[in-house]
Amino acid sequence: MTDQGAADAFVLFDRVQKSYDGETLVVKDLNLSIAKGEFLTMLGPSGSGKTTCLMMLAGFETATHGDIKLAGRPINNIPPHKRGIGMVFQNYALFPHMTIAENLAFPLEVRKMGKSEREEKVKRALDMVQMGTFGGRRPAQLSGGQQQRVALARALVFEPELVLMDEPLGALDKQLREHMQFEIKRIADGLGITVVYVTHDQTEALTMSDRVAVFNDGVIQQLAPPDVLYEEPENSFVAQFIGENNTLEGVVKEINNGVALVQLDDGELIDCKPVNVSKPGERTRVSIRPERVEVNKARLQAGAHTLKAEVMEFIYMGDIFRTRLRVAGNDEFIVKTRNAPDQRRMQPGEQIEIGWLPTDCRALDA
Amino acid sequence: MSETTHSGPMLAADGTPLKRSLARALRRQKLRALALIAPLLIFVLLTFVMPIADMLSRSVENDIVPDTLPNTVVALENWDPTTGELPGEDVYAAFAVDLVAAVDAKVHTRLGTRLNYENPGISSLFRSTGRDVNKWNLETDGPFKEKFIEADKDWGDIEVWKTLKRYSGHYTSGYFLNAADLENTATGIQLRPEEQRIYATLFIRTMWMSLLITGSCLLLGYPVAWLLANLRASTSNVLMILVLLPFWTSLLVRTSAWKVLLQQQGVINDLLVWVGLVDDANRLVMINNQFGTIIAMTHILLPFMILPLYSVMKTVPPSYLRAAKSLGATNWTAFWRVYFPQSVPGIGAGSILVFILAIGYYITPELVGGTQGVFISNRIAFHISSSLNWGLAAALGTILLAAVLLLYYVYDKIVGIDNVKLG
Repeated sequence: MTDQGAADAFVLFDRVQKSYDGETLVVKDLNLSIAKGEFLTMLGPSGSGKTTCLMMLAGFETATHGDIKLAGRPINNIPPHKRGIGMVFQNYALFPHMTIAENLAFPLEVRKMGKSEREEKVKRALDMVQMGTFGGRRPAQLSGGQQQRVALARALVFEPELVLMDEPLGALDKQLREHMQFEIKRIADGLGITVVYVTHDQTEALTMSDRVAVFNDGVIQQLAPPDVLYEEPENSFVAQFIGENNTLEGVVKEINNGVALVQLDDGELIDCKPVNVSKPGERTRVSIRPERVEVNKARLQAGAHTLKAEVMEFIYMGDIFRTRLRVAGNDEFIVKTRNAPDQRRMQPGEQIEIGWLPTDCRALDA
Repeated sequence: MSETTHSGPMLAADGTPLKRSLARALRRQKLRALALIAPLLIFVLLTFVMPIADMLSRSVENDIVPDTLPNTVVALENWDPTTGELPGEDVYAAFAVDLVAAVDAKVHTRLGTRLNYENPGISSLFRSTGRDVNKWNLETDGPFKEKFIEADKDWGDIEVWKTLKRYSGHYTSGYFLNAADLENTATGIQLRPEEQRIYATLFIRTMWMSLLITGSCLLLGYPVAWLLANLRASTSNVLMILVLLPFWTSLLVRTSAWKVLLQQQGVINDLLVWVGLVDDANRLVMINNQFGTIIAMTHILLPFMILPLYSVMKTVPPSYLRAAKSLGATNWTAFWRVYFPQSVPGIGAGSILVFILAIGYYITPELVGGTQGVFISNRIAFHISSSLNWGLAAALGTILLAAVLLLYYVYDKIVGIDNVKLG
């Protein structure tokens, strides 16, 4: 499951379970090891258990079963304030009655650090997030993006080795969010800290992380680097949750030499890459990314599989065209094509032929 | 860009000044808004502003003397009391004319009552003389000086005339002096004899007991408000009902319940005796004294502390405490440095509310306060309904009002009234 051995893991979840009501498990048997310096994102829909995992790591929730280890030391019974883990909260949680500088000095003060050393560290942390001149302001006088930077600086000012971030960019607008993603990544890499980042935004997860753990229903569905996650989803939940995805349902006919022959529900036969189907007769969901579908017959590669399709809707989106098709009885089939000079704009009602490489087409669990 | 170089007022499209045009456009809105609040405005004016204005005027008003004795007041102007001699016949004659008119109008006893506040004994003097004056003939029965002294020798007492002269104006500071335990004597303003000084003691007692009640409400209410704000919604709803429950019970019932609990043969004493903590012969005195007043009033005013505290605490997200702990603060430091400062507006609101309510409280101290636990408001009530000295009651009320306003001002200067949140 992991490429690091559990022995040298910096953070280790070992068979961790969590239940709030004693009847249902919010986190089911979680095993996860995070290497030092890694940027790991926990991604999943709300209620999937990702925030609970983060809170257990921070010490605000206790694991019902299992061990959580930090640098080899079990931390289940260590109170949050002794764990030395930095944390950035969803709504920043900057103390409104203190100035920015006082907010940053707080963790240093409770560590009984001297005044001059404190001031120097605060200044350095503020400079790092380009907020050096804002020390005297109050949080309410700052914009959302500025508060975000301060919250980041506060979580880093006492030099923790591990920083947790709970949907820190959720309240920002799109442009600022993209900018801050880059900024957080730059700072984290620069300091060499380990980051555990929780989000439900898959773009954020893909652009920032070294590895992404996709959570659903209290279980990690897949733990992989972003490119693997996107291109080789291991099950249909991951395929659906990460990026846009087309699914066609059918039954496996045969599996030969790493190629599965799938009969779609309308009778059409296609070749797929078997991922988690093992024997003929199994129902499957075939997954294919919208940008891997070719609508221009001339550009189809050798060995590509073709299917008939009817154009339902054409949406012009500037850089790309988004075309909704009816394919094998599924009229939510999306195709994305680049706005190239030779790219035709299709009309609704048009009958066309589409195709893709069998290797881009993955037969997943039904 | 002609507008930017235009030096006069901005003009609307039709050439009228923009300001006037705007005012006209808003006038209808304003009138409608005014019509909507008019019933409340009239109600507040009639039941709140006017009684207060009436109270303020009553505390200095003294029309009864110049209105009842118009001639005497004029005649007394020429009398110099410092000579130590009684006024001349002209004063007595004028007084006879006024008194006969007053007796006819049956207002002489009221005047007597009024002057009795300043010089005890005058009331009966007026009443007894009033009966004689009826038989007098104003034309023939002079000189009146002898006749008055013959009717009652007190009319020959210079102090009576000094009192009359001192209180012959339309306005008087007498009620306020009285309310401050002072009196206006022939030798100037001075403290009343020690056994007559009660109001300063009562004011001070009202203040510090209200402070004590506010303090104990805060001490008891803060943790409850914290629980209310931080427990799960279902649990906190049940708790909230318990907090509000007293509001659904009559104030009298709650106060009487404390009598049952605290009296010497009451539940608490019985329990203590049964446990053996208190000897049966030395049962604790917990009612009809200051202790009883503080206990009962703390209980009654507690919701007024809890509710503003709760509504402020509800707005403090739990993530602040978590953030503080994640930054390395212990539970106590996190509370004291992060949570408590943010609950200060609630403390301010609750304290002001409880203190102002307590300072004017009447029923509970009356019922459980005994003699040592009564407040200034009980004295005001006494003057309103028993002694009928409304002027003094008004003066005491005015002082109380001024004290509250002063405290409010001081609070604003120290804490800032913007820092008060009621929700």
